[in-house]
Amino acid sequence: MGQRSLSHYMEPAAKILFILSASAAIIAVGLICVFLFMQGLPAIWNIGVFNFLLGTDWRPTWNPPLFGILPMIVGSLYVTAGAILFGVPIGIFAAAFMAKFCPAPLYKILKPAINLLAGIPSVVYGYFGMTVLVPFVREIFGGTGNSILTASLLLGMMILPTIITISESAIRAIPSEIYEGAIALGASHENATFRVVLPAAKSGVMASIILGIGRAVGETMAVRMVAGNQAVLRMPHEFLSGTRTLTANIVLELGYAYGDHRASLIATGVVLFVFVMLINTLFSLLKKKDGV
Amino acid sequence: MKKPKKFSIQEFDLWYNDFHALKNINMDIPSNMITAFIGPSGCGKSTLIKSLNRMNDLVEGCKISGSVLLDDESIHGNIDVNALRKRVGMVFQKPNPFPMSVYDNIAYAPRTHGIKSKFKLNEIVEQSLQNAAIWDELKDRLKKSALSLSGGQQQRLCIARALSVQPDVLLMDEPTSALDPISTAKIEELVIKLKNDYTIVIVTHNMQQATRISDNTGFFLLGELIEYGDTQQIFSIPRDKKTEDYITGRFG
Repeated sequence: MGQRSLSHYMEPAAKILFILSASAAIIAVGLICVFLFMQGLPAIWNIGVFNFLLGTDWRPTWNPPLFGILPMIVGSLYVTAGAILFGVPIGIFAAAFMAKFCPAPLYKILKPAINLLAGIPSVVYGYFGMTVLVPFVREIFGGTGNSILTASLLLGMMILPTIITISESAIRAIPSEIYEGAIALGASHENATFRVVLPAAKSGVMASIILGIGRAVGETMAVRMVAGNQAVLRMPHEFLSGTRTLTANIVLELGYAYGDHRASLIATGVVLFVFVMLINTLFSLLKKKDGV
Repeated sequence: MKKPKKFSIQEFDLWYNDFHALKNINMDIPSNMITAFIGPSGCGKSTLIKSLNRMNDLVEGCKISGSVLLDDESIHGNIDVNALRKRVGMVFQKPNPFPMSVYDNIAYAPRTHGIKSKFKLNEIVEQSLQNAAIWDELKDRLKKSALSLSGGQQQRLCIARALSVQPDVLLMDEPTSALDPISTAKIEELVIKLKNDYTIVIVTHNMQQATRISDNTGFFLLGELIEYGDTQQIFSIPRDKKTEDYITGRFG
């Protein structure tokens, strides 16, 4: 009897607990959204949407101040594109290796190593970038070493675990009958893997790339430690010059900004938020397509 | 047997780790005939068919002894296993089309084996689908995903895919067990037509199917070949008591 009444209360209690836990995440996102937009949107309005998004000069302390964040938008795009350029091919080949070529004893070492790579704090990546990559780029290409290229290399490294882990599970999720079908036609292991299995896993691989892009766009600390941070509109051929990303812009100046300057930084956050939302929407669209 | 032999299996044993899956198999498989392997689940018939194109190489812990000769040449000797599998095509139990277009499913293997000419590929695709008696159904859907086809169409597409590299032999591992009766009938009809050009080995659970389409039948039990001979004879006057018990439905 006692047991029965206990379970009688347990079930609704557990249900409430689950609902509360689930709501916590949603409420947090909602609150971030509301406050960010509440503080950021008026600033964008005051500066003027056009002046803010397409303005090429960021002079927050001038009189009158200029709040153009185009250099930072472009900077974020450059380093993200660079990260994709380095990280995606290596990540996909690594995933194919892990899923289809790796001998079991080596896998036991590599798998935890990749997981560890995902867990390293970004400031540690940044330190690695400052002490290894920056001198390396300076040595090979000249300049200061704090550059779009350096940030791209570092970000490419940082998105590797995301791309490898998700692509690997996408490749493993392809039924072995598909692989065997190719082998039975006289295809080599490599051919079956790269021409049949990998294309079959393409939506999962695309998802891993999009999550990687999300990580690269949002990365702050490591990028600001190696990118040089000049708020100057760069052209693509200036990949050895420094750049400043949206994230770095916020973290560099928020400490001392006040008034319109502070509001414009929060508005920078709004732009970043919209970027990330677009990427996540793309991700869920892809997943939906995969599910059908 | 009147026709020349395609495969000659001699004193063939196979183990999966400690499990002795095939025991001292001796049989000749004649050219341009349909040879059926029957027997209860786990009797070794699928294992044997997968040994003929060395798909068992993919299974970890698989060991063999004895020999399998294809046109008097050992398939385990100095032979390229990919070339062997090109000569000995396979159709699986569950239709396994690649998740790509109908066209690319057929063109994949010829491309892999070095054919680049678009014209030649078009020709192969049409010919293979014709041979698998599915061209008329699919000629307007070549760019559609193979996964959008029905199960029976998928299986005939897989047969067409196997034919795309012009093999000598077609191995079929219970090719109709996942299909409805109408699709099954279409495939049986197709298999009978194909034996003019190919040597066919088919594993089947369905004894009616074996009697309907095969010329020779081998009955397997617990890894041994119990009886092997003319299908008519096996199903009317089996020599072995165990064969008789199985085909009359006393077990299995």
